[in-house]
Amino acid sequence: MNALTVTGLCKSFGGLRVMDGVDLSVSPGERRLIIGPNGAGKTTLFNQITGEIAPDSGTVGLFGRDITRVACRRRAHLGLARTYQIITLFPHDTILHNVRLAFLGLSPLRWNPLAALDRRQALAERAYAILARIGLDHIAERPLAQTSYGERRRVEIAMALAQEPKVLLLDEPFAGLSIDERGDVQKLLLSIPRDVTVVMIEHNMDVALDFADRITLLHFGKVIVEGTRAEVVADARTREVYLGT
Amino acid sequence: MIRPASRIASAAAAPALVVVLLATLPVWLGHHPYYVNIASQILLWAVAALALNVLVGYAGLVSLGHAALLAMAGYTVGLLLQAGYGHLAADLGAIAVTLAASAVFAVLALRSTGVGFLMITLALGQIVWGIAYRWAGLTNGDNGISLAARPAPFGLSLAGAEAFYYTALLIFLMALVSMRILVRSPFGASLAGTRDQPRRMTALGFNVWLIRFLAFLASGFWSGVAGLLYVYYHQFIAPPAAALTASAEILLMVISGGAATLLGPIAGAAIVVIMKNVASAYIERWNLVLGVIFILIISFMPEGLVPGSVRLARAAWVWLRARLPGREGRYTQERIS
Repeated sequence: MNALTVTGLCKSFGGLRVMDGVDLSVSPGERRLIIGPNGAGKTTLFNQITGEIAPDSGTVGLFGRDITRVACRRRAHLGLARTYQIITLFPHDTILHNVRLAFLGLSPLRWNPLAALDRRQALAERAYAILARIGLDHIAERPLAQTSYGERRRVEIAMALAQEPKVLLLDEPFAGLSIDERGDVQKLLLSIPRDVTVVMIEHNMDVALDFADRITLLHFGKVIVEGTRAEVVADARTREVYLGT
Repeated sequence: MIRPASRIASAAAAPALVVVLLATLPVWLGHHPYYVNIASQILLWAVAALALNVLVGYAGLVSLGHAALLAMAGYTVGLLLQAGYGHLAADLGAIAVTLAASAVFAVLALRSTGVGFLMITLALGQIVWGIAYRWAGLTNGDNGISLAARPAPFGLSLAGAEAFYYTALLIFLMALVSMRILVRSPFGASLAGTRDQPRRMTALGFNVWLIRFLAFLASGFWSGVAGLLYVYYHQFIAPPAAALTASAEILLMVISGGAATLLGPIAGAAIVVIMKNVASAYIERWNLVLGVIFILIISFMPEGLVPGSVRLARAAWVWLRARLPGREGRYTQERIS
């Protein structure tokens, strides 16, 4: 059974067809890299997998279950988590609170109007444990507004990891990072256990290629090439579409 | 995170001092019914502003129809008392009607956020106002509904200014404490999250619509309670209580005092009520003065009077400390560390 199955996904924005019959099968534990030039439909594909955008036609399946009609928030409870290419965090709150919200999203505690959130030690400890994994526990109490771009990128990933997803979608986790920060994030991604399936959009080939088991090349909303790292890199169409030579 | 004992003591002492001050306020006002009544008005409008602040401040949803909810509670009490029900039944009925109306308001208005939400709540408020004004068979139209007397719970008559003040104070403190618990709770964190990053909240597994809906009900509940205080204070309710200007006034209290703070709406209520009652005795064009005050607040403290004052006081303290003789060394050292 596949961890993630996408069949015949189509989506148009007005007259613009951004997704034109995409099929995708990702095995459990696989690391899949999705590449393609700007406007290929990579983020739109993610938005449809998570349910933030409804497809015009086609289906999305998670571990054999058809989730095409399942609400976005329910998909998080089914084990789907994502990060955003454009950082989408809570700017008025601390790093700790950001991660805490990720835990809260899947906990019945989120409906409790009487408990004092700050006194929930177990929740804070779990958030600290995640922050220790990404190396931000020493600045956990810092307001997000006072953190660097690289730190925010890592908080994005921390929030997704906090939800202990079965399938993790990473939308350009290396975007805008310095070389040092790239190394940190790379180590972090390599530390994700193999029972988590990871699908990653990334332009940065030197860091992304090492990570991927298989690669899918999207172009104008269609899958052009799919295969192992070596197959896709060697394919003439990849060179034509993506490497531009 | 161990806080020094002195800070814990001062954190507990300040609210206790304020409660003592408020409890003895009639004494400070020389038991003068006129001033005690103004204090009661501040408290009742503070409850209304705190209620609206749940939506405006913590949910980021600006409503311009909240006076309609308040008035609906008031009208329900008036009508049920006229129909021969007791005060307790009338009050419970009023809260039930207000909650039901809030649910209808919420279902319609939450189809949108931002300006759309504001326009839908405005329209719903105008419908309620229209019913109060035009459906004379039910609401007695322009003439409004008068209450024969204030209630006397447990045999304690609320007819006097001070008895009413203490009732209003008790209800106000209950509202304030419940707001404080709410905003610090996991649900409060969820609500603030839907204000700041609704899309992410959905992806994290939160039901953004339901969180906003429940917040609207909480806001509606306390608006209804404020409506009870209103109708018992005035012993009268008429269409202007539901009008757009009344809704705008509550919104101004929240925004001028400081949305998303607990003390802001209270300060805002105090400013508006004091200007309306006290300043109008000395200045005929008191509306103009109120307008100037709002413009000053928006210009110098766009975040509202309470957070703005805290910010300015901190800045003044830093400025002062840097200039105090013999303190320069300490100041620079702190800045470096």
